[in-house]
Amino acid sequence: MNVLEVIGRGVVQQLAYVGGLTTQFWSGLTAVPRVLPLVGRRGRWSAAIRQMCAIGVDALPMVAIVSACGGFILAIQSASELSQFGAMQLVIDIVVIAFTRELGPLLTAIVVSGRSGSAFSAEIGTMVVTEEIDALRTMAIDPIELVLTPKYLASMVVVPCLTIMSSAFAILAGAGFMYLSRNMTLPIFLRYAAQAVVLRDIVMGLLKSVVFATIIAQVGCMEGFRVSGGPEAVGKSATSAVVKSTFLVIFADLFITTMFYLLGSK
Amino acid sequence: MADPIISVRDLVVSYGGRRVLDGVNLDIQQGEVLALLGGSGSGKSTMLRHIIGLERPDSGRICVQGVDINNCSARELKALRRDMGVSFQGSALFSSMTVEENVQLPLRELTSLADPVIEIMTYIKLAAVGLGDAGKLFPQELSGGMKKRAAVARATALDPEILIFDEPSAGLDPIVAAELDELILFLKRAFHMTVLIVTHEMASAFRIADRVAMLYKGSLIAVEDKESFRASNDPRIRQFLDRIPERIAESESVQRRIRELAGVTGATE
Ligand SMILES: Nc1ncnc2c1ncn2[C@@H]1O[C@H](COP(=O)(O)OP(=O)(O)OP(=O)(O)O)[C@@H](O)[C@H]1O
Ligand SMILES: [Mg+2]
Repeated sequence: MNVLEVIGRGVVQQLAYVGGLTTQFWSGLTAVPRVLPLVGRRGRWSAAIRQMCAIGVDALPMVAIVSACGGFILAIQSASELSQFGAMQLVIDIVVIAFTRELGPLLTAIVVSGRSGSAFSAEIGTMVVTEEIDALRTMAIDPIELVLTPKYLASMVVVPCLTIMSSAFAILAGAGFMYLSRNMTLPIFLRYAAQAVVLRDIVMGLLKSVVFATIIAQVGCMEGFRVSGGPEAVGKSATSAVVKSTFLVIFADLFITTMFYLLGSK
Repeated sequence: MADPIISVRDLVVSYGGRRVLDGVNLDIQQGEVLALLGGSGSGKSTMLRHIIGLERPDSGRICVQGVDINNCSARELKALRRDMGVSFQGSALFSSMTVEENVQLPLRELTSLADPVIEIMTYIKLAAVGLGDAGKLFPQELSGGMKKRAAVARATALDPEILIFDEPSAGLDPIVAAELDELILFLKRAFHMTVLIVTHEMASAFRIADRVAMLYKGSLIAVEDKESFRASNDPRIRQFLDRIPERIAESESVQRRIRELAGVTGATE
């Protein structure tokens, strides 16, 4: 009886959360045209540009280092197995395929969610606590359009770019490893790498990065808008923005990968 | 009498089972200044938040310009809010924008005025509250009283029909507070604005208000013109007007609780 009640309430809460997220996503998406340059409202585009710098440009060093390390680690790990079979060239394939399909989008999403997802929720949460969001609503200005949409648009533009950079840095790290271990020069490495790249993998990686960007921006903002109470609620919202978006990113990753696997096997 | 511009009917609000507003009725006429008085925690800000339509009441009806604010289309609500200028108790200035940008925001978002016009209007609004030179500062760089005034300037930016101020003069020095009073009187006279103002400053309330309303424990115990309010015999109003302390700390219940906490029971005393 009691257990059922707890489970029921939990399910209802999660469903309500997903419902809220969907409505917010929809209003955010329909407001995107008003943020675009030329056709949008004045001032919005520059807000989006500022967000792009904060989400993308500032995150680039971290994405580069994390991805380079990831690429190097993957190369070492696979080399230690594959060298036993004399199949060192496969190391290149593994790094290239793993990053374009999977690790590039994923590592980028984790970095962006830690840096920007938490920042979104902290910023919006503070605006809720100081009644700034209420002030916007009383001015007949839609907080979704003014606050969320520039962030969302910026994420959609910047996260795919970061993902490409991430894969590029990882592949370069792979090249470094091959040079150090096998004296393979960069041009030769790149020729092998180019053979390993498939358009399908790139499309899959970019699709993932767009979906991840949506999750991070929407969940981050949602956690911010849901803040009630004082400053410590803002801190909690930043934590739960990262936790929830990371969880949803991995879940979405599983979903998209499965879709591609099923579609590809037909 | 003409239809009231704001009408509140049987407004009931509770937070977590505690009644904060308990059946409040209030009519405000077009062009009048109504001062809302009441002790700290009596529900004044709560009442304003409901009149603006930021929160839904448990029951009751609030009509602004004849439109039920909790039961209207998004478009009507938007039109209503465009006609309302609100300054919050905590200022609620946008901390990522300068004072100037704060005042400009509603002008940029809701009008299609050209930039030079917006700049002139912003300067006029800021100068009217004595912040002509502070436009380039960020809210964090302002004093508490300056923030209040910037919030008032932002509320008046669109020349709304209804102004709602939550304690705009708290923390202002007497001279600036008096200037704010004059500004409100000017807005009322020149633009026939309706003003609903929460204040703790009796002198200010009696200077600017046409009528005074007093909230006491969630109910309006008086809504009358200021002369009869000032002459009121109601002990709760007299206490407020004559600044008679409550002496809560000396009351029987508080003393008993202190003894309990100290571990001294009534029997051993
Ligand atoms: N969001 C909320 N959640 C729970 N209780 C609330 C909330 N907002 C206000 N209250 C309670 O409602 C009561 C009235 O609060 P309100 O802010 O309206 O008082 P006030 O008359 O504006 O006081 P002051 O003069 O100090 O500003 C208080 O007892 C407060 O504890
Ligand atoms: Mg208050």
